[in-house]
Amino acid sequence: MEINEQIALDHGLKKDEFKKICELLKRTPNITELGIFSAMWNEHCSYKSSRLHLKKLPTKGKKVIQGPGENAGVIDIYDGDAIVFKIESHNHPSFIEPYQGAATGVGGIMRDVFTMGARPIANLNSIHFGSPQNKKTKNLLRGVVHGIGGYGNCMGIPTVAGQTSFDSSYNGNILVNAMTLGLVKKDKIFYSKAAGLNKPVIYVGSKTGRDGIHGASMASASFDEKIEEKKPTVQVGDPFTEKLLLEACLELMSGDSIIAIQDMGAAGLTSSSIEMASKGNLGIEINLNKVPCRESKMTPYEIMLSESQERMLIVLENGKEDLAKKIFDKWNLDFAVIGKTTNTKNIELYFDNKQVAQIPINTLVENSPMYDRKWKKAKLPKKNKIKKETLTKLNIKDVLKKILSHPNISSKEWIWQQYDHTVMGDTIQKPGGDSGVVRVHGTNKAVAATVDSSAVYCWAHPLTGGKQVVCESWRNLISVGATPIAITNCLNFGSPENEDNMGEFVECVQGIGEACEYLKFPVVSGNVSFYNQTKEVGIKPTPSIGGVGLIKNYNQMITMDFKEINNLVLIIGKTEGHIDQSLFARSILDEKNGPPPEINLFNEKNNGETLLQLINNNLIKSAHDISLGGTATAVSKMCIKGNKGFEFNKSNYLMSEIEYLFSEDQGRYIIEINPKDLKKVIEILEKNSVHFEELGKIIDKYMIINPMTKLTIDELKSYNTTWLDNYMSS
Amino acid sequence: MKSSVITFPGSNCDRDMDVALKKFGFNNKMVWHNDNELPKSDLVVLPGGFSYGDYLRCGSVASKSKIMNSVINFANSGGLVMGICNGFQILVETGLVPGVLLRNKYLEFICKNVFVKVDNKDNPYFKHLDKEILELHVAHNEGNYFCTDDQLKEIEDNSQIAIYYSNENGQTDEIDNPNGSTKNIAGIFNKRKNVLGMMPHPERMIDKYLSGDDGSLFFKNLIKNIK
Repeated sequence: MEINEQIALDHGLKKDEFKKICELLKRTPNITELGIFSAMWNEHCSYKSSRLHLKKLPTKGKKVIQGPGENAGVIDIYDGDAIVFKIESHNHPSFIEPYQGAATGVGGIMRDVFTMGARPIANLNSIHFGSPQNKKTKNLLRGVVHGIGGYGNCMGIPTVAGQTSFDSSYNGNILVNAMTLGLVKKDKIFYSKAAGLNKPVIYVGSKTGRDGIHGASMASASFDEKIEEKKPTVQVGDPFTEKLLLEACLELMSGDSIIAIQDMGAAGLTSSSIEMASKGNLGIEINLNKVPCRESKMTPYEIMLSESQERMLIVLENGKEDLAKKIFDKWNLDFAVIGKTTNTKNIELYFDNKQVAQIPINTLVENSPMYDRKWKKAKLPKKNKIKKETLTKLNIKDVLKKILSHPNISSKEWIWQQYDHTVMGDTIQKPGGDSGVVRVHGTNKAVAATVDSSAVYCWAHPLTGGKQVVCESWRNLISVGATPIAITNCLNFGSPENEDNMGEFVECVQGIGEACEYLKFPVVSGNVSFYNQTKEVGIKPTPSIGGVGLIKNYNQMITMDFKEINNLVLIIGKTEGHIDQSLFARSILDEKNGPPPEINLFNEKNNGETLLQLINNNLIKSAHDISLGGTATAVSKMCIKGNKGFEFNKSNYLMSEIEYLFSEDQGRYIIEINPKDLKKVIEILEKNSVHFEELGKIIDKYMIINPMTKLTIDELKSYNTTWLDNYMSS
Repeated sequence: MKSSVITFPGSNCDRDMDVALKKFGFNNKMVWHNDNELPKSDLVVLPGGFSYGDYLRCGSVASKSKIMNSVINFANSGGLVMGICNGFQILVETGLVPGVLLRNKYLEFICKNVFVKVDNKDNPYFKHLDKEILELHVAHNEGNYFCTDDQLKEIEDNSQIAIYYSNENGQTDEIDNPNGSTKNIAGIFNKRKNVLGMMPHPERMIDKYLSGDDGSLFFKNLIKNIK
């Protein structure tokens, strides 16, 4: 087949990119080579629109063992233990085929983690759907939840936390971000950098089939009306094989046979072989006839571009082939020596005794395109002037009812009950809390993890929104008593070729960077998903932040449920009454404009660290950060979880009661303390110049907001816990 | 006391069971599905998970694996065999306990705490247990116990029903049935009551930091009974 520009365009390459390929090769590529270029140069694999900006993120820190650039990031949690973690998107495939799309997203991220030698110990996810009224939403939600559960449950890894939101901007493009944490000994971490000449290159795992061909290219383009045609680009998952692969890999890793290992994820055999060779500054030679194939007559092009799941590529020490093969035989997995490392710095592919591709590796990696895309700076919107009467005429109970039963606030138990969250026997904080917490098996330590995003704030003002998401992650870790260590990010945006969307990306990244820098909360891994767009309409900018922290002694873990009647409740952080972009403004007043709440990084850091100090002094009985839905929502959740009531103190603030209860000012927490500790607590808060207020006390059965507004806990529960069940069964 | 936990390809609660058994004093060994012989054991456990991916009927392929001959012989000679969750499904497939386990009534995987009422203490598992209602944990997609009317009559006549899903007061109403099981059945014995299959996971409830601690009562009592 003669390769021409049109074929290159059909592969998602641009005209000038095709020209550059021909220049680099000094000839026209053949079809296999063109396929390889298109797989390596697409947005998903090359980060060509984002690389320039991602460089600005802080990625170093005392606890960082491995930052971005590997299969996942690694942080130190003392005693020779390390946590490997990463978040990744599987948005495009999940919209086309929700069950398989979500399932393979979970499978892929777990593989990234155990490729590094870590046994996965916790899964999380951040999933976003269109408006509940959209006719596709219910089926997509059901399919995605079944897919996540189907894969994670079978693997036997607990899903311990997550986030779900609904917004009409996701009507045509849902988001499925999956995150995994794994545990490894610091001196047993495996990397993807090949080393040494003539080392055997081993293929293990499932056979290669025709599924997922061009999956990564599909995920690098917007959707249009021909979306159904893309179904064959979605991979099919087999969690059982992955469980075997996990056990087999960990068994092989306990010895010293492996030089480098890389999972075959996006762009399959192409990217895994090229990445390993590139990192080792080597060449690689593969005989494609040796690749175990599921279907007959697969062409080199198909073998190289298949995204069949549950496969790994390993560079082995010479002479270890038999030992390795024995282990994979025991687990009934395919094992084949398919090639070797070379000193040519080329990738050379052979099929039926003929060379079918020869490409210098640096043209695929270092010389891949990098764009400084045009972007537009966003202005901070003007504050709304909301009339006092508008607020005072509202009935507080009605407002609270609407907020608690809002799709984005209401309990997501229907979802997380379908995820096995207790397997492995170390889950000490289940989904539904501020963070999921798992013990480090056999120690007194525990690891806390949370995943957060605030698309509305990012949409209103990307710079502030970017900062806010990082801060929210930080607060969710602190609320359970964990010291925040590092984050992973999944950056979901529209088309980078659109100046507004690109601006959202650039400024969100800047905000994330500023907050991470200030909080000493570095980014150790992540992924970018552009083109979450159908025709001209993109999603709201949705960076998802996965935060990880450490609890040194798990008996000091904090939960959000109110514990004891007569205990006192304080708010840490100042309530200013910021209503714009709050759930209240958007859903009750139907006011969609205005700036998001301001972020003050000094206060964030100071308030958070002071709360940790209180927790370490055993002064805190329960804690919860204040986020979406404001103080009233936070207190309601603490009442519901603890099955206790609450009486607010008489108001002595200058704003309206509605503003006080539903504003979303940042940097705030609600804490429960024993009355006998009040003096000590106040002393510490004052010493650290932390603003606080005494909010009220815990009582039995009722939430009393003011003498006119009294609700039973059962009422609160029914507002908060029924929406999703009813929606899914209607 | 010696115990053995069988690991099938796809088992994923084998380690958790190992941890629990050791915590309460068993000398436990992990046994590979492809082995021929069981080590000397006072108790054999088939753990939870997704043996062989549960791609055929749950537990069906595992029930035919090599080690199962030895397990079946052990059971037939009166040895204690306990199957939890997927292990229960495997037991059903071997025919060691009657009935079948269907897909959950609401067609969804369910992971949550449940209460179970212990119906029968005339057996090595629950004898001397000083509680009638335990809070345990379920995590399964196919736990909907079903048997024919004749079978039901027979297992009721023989007091083979081990535990029922209930509320915290021991009432066994439909509302406390998480998966649609016949008569709220959560676990059953064979006729001789040396073989127990149950859906709930006691090994996930073995200290106060987990979802609960009632699994500890079960294991403490079990080892006391075996001694």
